[in-house]
Amino acid sequence: MTENQKIQASNIPTIGNRQIKLLEKLCNASAVSGDEQEVRNIVLEEIKPVADEIKVDALGNVLATKFGHGENRVRVMLAAHMDEIGFMIVKKHDDNLFQFERIGGIDERQLPGKAVLVGRDHLPGVIGAKPIHMTTADERKNKIPVDALRIDLGPEIGEKVKPGDRATFATRFKRFGPSIQAKALDDRFGVAILIELLKHAPENIDLLAAFTVQEEVGLRGARVAAYRFDPDMAIAVDSTPAYDLPHWDDEDQNVQYNTRLDAGPAIYVMDRATIADRRLVTLLSDAAQEEEIPYQFRQPGGGGTDAGVIHKTRAGIPSISVSVPSRYAHSAIGLARVDDWANTLRLLYAALVRVTPDLLAGERRG
Amino acid sequence: MIDLSELLNKMLTAPGLSGYESPIREILQEVWAPLTDELSVSKIGSLHGLKRGQGDAPRRKVMISAHMDAIGMMVTHIQDSFIRITEIGGIDHRILPGQPVIVHGREELPGVVVQPPGHLLPESVGDGPVEMKYLLVDVGLGPDELVKKVRVGDIVSYAQEPLELTGEALAGHTLDNRVSVAATTLCLEALQNRFHDWDVWAVASAQEEETLGGAFTSPFDIQPDIAIVIDVCFAKGPGASDWSSLPFGEGVGLGYGPNIHPALYDAFEKKAKELEIPYHRDLMPKMSGTDAMAVQIVAEGIPCAVIGIPLRYMHTPVETVSLKDIRRAGRLMAEFIADLKPDALAHINWEE
Repeated sequence: MTENQKIQASNIPTIGNRQIKLLEKLCNASAVSGDEQEVRNIVLEEIKPVADEIKVDALGNVLATKFGHGENRVRVMLAAHMDEIGFMIVKKHDDNLFQFERIGGIDERQLPGKAVLVGRDHLPGVIGAKPIHMTTADERKNKIPVDALRIDLGPEIGEKVKPGDRATFATRFKRFGPSIQAKALDDRFGVAILIELLKHAPENIDLLAAFTVQEEVGLRGARVAAYRFDPDMAIAVDSTPAYDLPHWDDEDQNVQYNTRLDAGPAIYVMDRATIADRRLVTLLSDAAQEEEIPYQFRQPGGGGTDAGVIHKTRAGIPSISVSVPSRYAHSAIGLARVDDWANTLRLLYAALVRVTPDLLAGERRG
Repeated sequence: MIDLSELLNKMLTAPGLSGYESPIREILQEVWAPLTDELSVSKIGSLHGLKRGQGDAPRRKVMISAHMDAIGMMVTHIQDSFIRITEIGGIDHRILPGQPVIVHGREELPGVVVQPPGHLLPESVGDGPVEMKYLLVDVGLGPDELVKKVRVGDIVSYAQEPLELTGEALAGHTLDNRVSVAATTLCLEALQNRFHDWDVWAVASAQEEETLGGAFTSPFDIQPDIAIVIDVCFAKGPGASDWSSLPFGEGVGLGYGPNIHPALYDAFEKKAKELEIPYHRDLMPKMSGTDAMAVQIVAEGIPCAVIGIPLRYMHTPVETVSLKDIRRAGRLMAEFIADLKPDALAHINWEE
């Protein structure tokens, strides 16, 4: 595609009511790392009519292929993780209260006073806290230790919940103003984007969509997915924190924001797990500029995505990550903009249609 | 028959923070209208419902006081796309991060309480709890929209939806003290078909959580001969296991201590035993932490009883209660009132 060959507007996938409904369903589903069944079922239902090949592998990854047309098609892997942070019930105590462990990086300060849904039946429960009346000022200077917390499902829970059951925050998806408030936007945004791209797959490439498992406990699904797909290049599609909040004194400037809402998709140059292939950085940023899609570079630094394992699979796979910026990941309620999601989808589509064998023909260079 | 779950759901979805009780009061006016002979609103915003007795005038008066106000927060500052807050009533800041809330601005704005990342907080915070003054509320609007819709002084309420747990347990915010208002409503309903000599004044009082403003003023208006204060009390649960907590779902509390007239305590205990309603003596060695602290010392003083409904996780958005205890409290109050003879006051004395 040459510079003056902009994409036909009619081909570009967009975010409408149907896509928002699907994201709602995805976010409200429970899929704690290692127990991704509910999201896997939604994904399979959505992509069965459009994918050419679908495989559920040994770990539970959904690997879907949509072949393009013509010669010398580049094999492009997209990865989005289906799993979310959450809890596992580990012990039932005599008082009918349940002890639990955190799965994935959850700040223990986010736990007291929250509603949760336990097990496949989504039984409601609460993580209570000691009444403030019974605490001392000194006590309130310390965190409530996670060992002191319990999940309470009522006095007649009986055998309906048992150790091993997973739980998530009970947050239900909400749309308000330009924003979405929901749990598990990390990474149901990515899952929703991959579904749309499969439905609007560019014909110049073979699209290899990996809906991965166990990202939050060590990028485990992506490793075997990349091995099986053996792609020419890969893009991890995730959600990354926007720390675009004011400094506590309201005066100092916040220069460590990672990303900002309303600034469009976040292109990764480097995180703790991956140094992105510069050719792919250029591909994405050029596509954004040519299509006039707002974008931002994620501030280089910590964090990691599925790209962290994909780029080191087999003999090495040129890789990059693109994320929808969102606030308050790994807590009960995340908050993000519909427009940032839509622009991430547009950018990925615009980049994919620009992929040619020439892109990766030479040696990697910066 | 009143459907208790339905009544509670209706009451719990209404805000009504201390000093801003009108949303819950309007719901109660509707619920109490068919159960009372007269309704009025006090100068401070408490709701008074009078159900006249069938005894000969002049009749004695019993007042039931159940506070209807809720704890919550108030906007102190707007910074870019974010809101800073302070508390109304007692809130442990450690339960706030990640809580769903509604900011009551020019319209209702759903949002979330935010614990900013460590690098945006004073170093002294470290990875410890974040004080309320450093927390933010995000309603997902940009700065231009936000200043049009929210002002300093707007109230912020919890938005956790009620959850039905097993064994007729209910979790949600503001169960303190809407469950007592519900029990009072059940009491009024039970009295519909009962003969009672005394006039019954049901009061949904205002501002208990901050100033006891309703409890100081309604008894002055009503001048009751005795008062029954009903509020939540501590149920045993995580972090609450000593003598001050009662078993969960296993009966009501009967307050015992200086705020309570011992003869009224004895009368309630006798009635509970007679009806086989499970109860526990709820020891209140100093102040009861209820409307009774005020009611008892209005005018020349008023004999008070305190009924407690055991509640877990008080002042969090996931307070948990047993519906069984709400029904027990309603029934106990109704039976006690129906049994008040015209001369009952003679027995509320200090002769032992």
